[in-house]
Amino acid sequence: MSALVEVHDLRRTFDVSKPWLERVLGREGKLVVKAVDGVSFNIPKGTTFALVGESGSGKSTVARMVAGLLPPSGGTISIDGVKLDRTHGYPKELRRRLQMIFQDPYASLDPRWRVGDIIAEPMRAFDIASTRSAEQKRVAELLKLVGLHPDAARKFPHEFSGGQRQRIAIARALASDAEFIICDEPTSALDVSVQAQILNLMKELQQKFGLTYLFISHNLAVVRHMATSIGVMHLGRLVEQGPAEEMFNAPRHPYTRLLLESVPDLAMSGRPRRAMQGEIPSPIHPPSGCAFHPRCPFVDARCRVEDPPAVDGVACHAVAEGRISAKTPLPA
Amino acid sequence: MTHPVLSVRDLSVAFFTRRGALQALDRVSFDIAPGEVLGVVGESGAGKSLTGQSVIGLLEPPGRITGGEIRLHGERIDNLTPDAMRKIRGRKIGMVFQDPLTSLNPLYTIGQQLTETILTHLPVSAEEARQRALALLTEVGIPSPERRIDSYPHEFSGGMRQRVVLALALCAEPELVIADEPTTALDVSVQAQIIALLKRLCHERQTAVMLVTHDMGVIAETADRVAVMYAGRIVEIGPVREVVQNPKHPYAQGLMGAIPTLEGGRDKLVQIEGSMPQLKNIPAGCAFNPRCPHAFARCHVEKPDLVPVEHSRVACFLYDEKRKENAA
Repeated sequence: MSALVEVHDLRRTFDVSKPWLERVLGREGKLVVKAVDGVSFNIPKGTTFALVGESGSGKSTVARMVAGLLPPSGGTISIDGVKLDRTHGYPKELRRRLQMIFQDPYASLDPRWRVGDIIAEPMRAFDIASTRSAEQKRVAELLKLVGLHPDAARKFPHEFSGGQRQRIAIARALASDAEFIICDEPTSALDVSVQAQILNLMKELQQKFGLTYLFISHNLAVVRHMATSIGVMHLGRLVEQGPAEEMFNAPRHPYTRLLLESVPDLAMSGRPRRAMQGEIPSPIHPPSGCAFHPRCPFVDARCRVEDPPAVDGVACHAVAEGRISAKTPLPA
Repeated sequence: MTHPVLSVRDLSVAFFTRRGALQALDRVSFDIAPGEVLGVVGESGAGKSLTGQSVIGLLEPPGRITGGEIRLHGERIDNLTPDAMRKIRGRKIGMVFQDPLTSLNPLYTIGQQLTETILTHLPVSAEEARQRALALLTEVGIPSPERRIDSYPHEFSGGMRQRVVLALALCAEPELVIADEPTTALDVSVQAQIIALLKRLCHERQTAVMLVTHDMGVIAETADRVAVMYAGRIVEIGPVREVVQNPKHPYAQGLMGAIPTLEGGRDKLVQIEGSMPQLKNIPAGCAFNPRCPHAFARCHVEKPDLVPVEHSRVACFLYDEKRKENAA
């Protein structure tokens, strides 16, 4: 199994300085936020890589860079061996094979376009369907594939519910025979029963067409259900990555462990839910050393000054030094 | 059993539109005892927020209560004048809404907002009110409240703001708190903190809580009893353990199965086909019948009422029929 998507040392900074005059008068320097700071991962063909993290951790920024919507400040992204060019984006042939599904299906479909046109747009853009009738036939096929009636092609997006709209967005993503789909919180705006329908559909389609997903979510239970491997992001860095099973059964980084602990316990197994202390720090003024140190129960002097490198998938001093293992109990 | 703080009987709410009246709540009944947390769950459009709004008298026109009654400590509050209701709101019923940024006024410091509320409802001096506000901020876990009390809402993070809102809701020592999706806008790590706080504060003060949310995980952790709503009706109500682990109503069963869990593997999720009906075309009979795997003839004509099943009460003919069989 070769990696379809390779991301190496990806970086992105945003300039959040005050306007030039204010800066000069106030004798302040430029202010730069490192939204994504040295993220590397590979996604093998036909698998799902999930990025999880709290708001502001940079997961959506990674998704947008991989999709080619936002130029990276540094690092490389290559899909099927072809590198993303920072000024020209991906070559057209590659763009066809890559699509995106967004969080809000109310915003991602043009309200003035008929559903048939929305789904046909990628085909037109990439000259896939040669004739009008071939195009209509393909649209009808796609609608059936995502569980909608072919008549839906003549309607407008407002005639559909949130779940149905997300189905339309999926049909559009598949219209150009995409192999790699970037899903940015695809079910966060949906109710649970509808979320289950969409997640099941996405998995069915993955098995049917061998799709590769980059799946962004803040919901750990959803990720557990979908992902083959997982990357946990905290303040622009990948603090832990590994196969999904391992990550859920034996999380190693203290942040991952606390994140898992803070998920509400639906099985009512009596698993203690330990609230993480504090909140994600401001990315404009990140803490020194390891960015997680103000909230970490295993913090020591080294963590406050040194930034931990990723060793064997985990970026944590305590884990690297062998000071803690997955079995070390979290202090109450 | 002690007297309930809140008792809602056969509450019906309709929206009067140009196309006729739309029944949004249909004979909803429940009680909340002192110190008890009642979770109200359901998907968008089930009427859970509307139930909360009716109780605090903040129904927006064209919505109107068309039947039933709401009693707070035995006294009817659904037919009060807006002025009388305003005295109860904040004083006897506290509120926490989903978005802490919109429930705080951005132009006033949190200290001003807290003392204003305290002065409105309690007979204290301005100095006492400020002391009380400080004590409350300490209690909800705002670090160094003396320094923070004169800050504006935008200077706080989302979680801290929700703590302030919680302090605001509790400042007049209400008997009932209505929390409408209090943690939906927050990250999980912060969500856990807020839930623990809400639970502790209300338990200490013996405040009754109506917790409206779509997140079953939050309910499972916080609530004592749960009401599951579907298309404007309560379809199942019972102790949290019963409803979460052994749901009786086919909708509640589907809802529980549809939730991905950390413990579960990568199997297919249980799927309820279709979606919640819109108000303008709620099916005849049991509103769930088009999506129900067990629907039979009676479900298409009659509306089921809540009947006792084990420790819960369930609105489903499956159990009604069983009961008749047993009785025969």
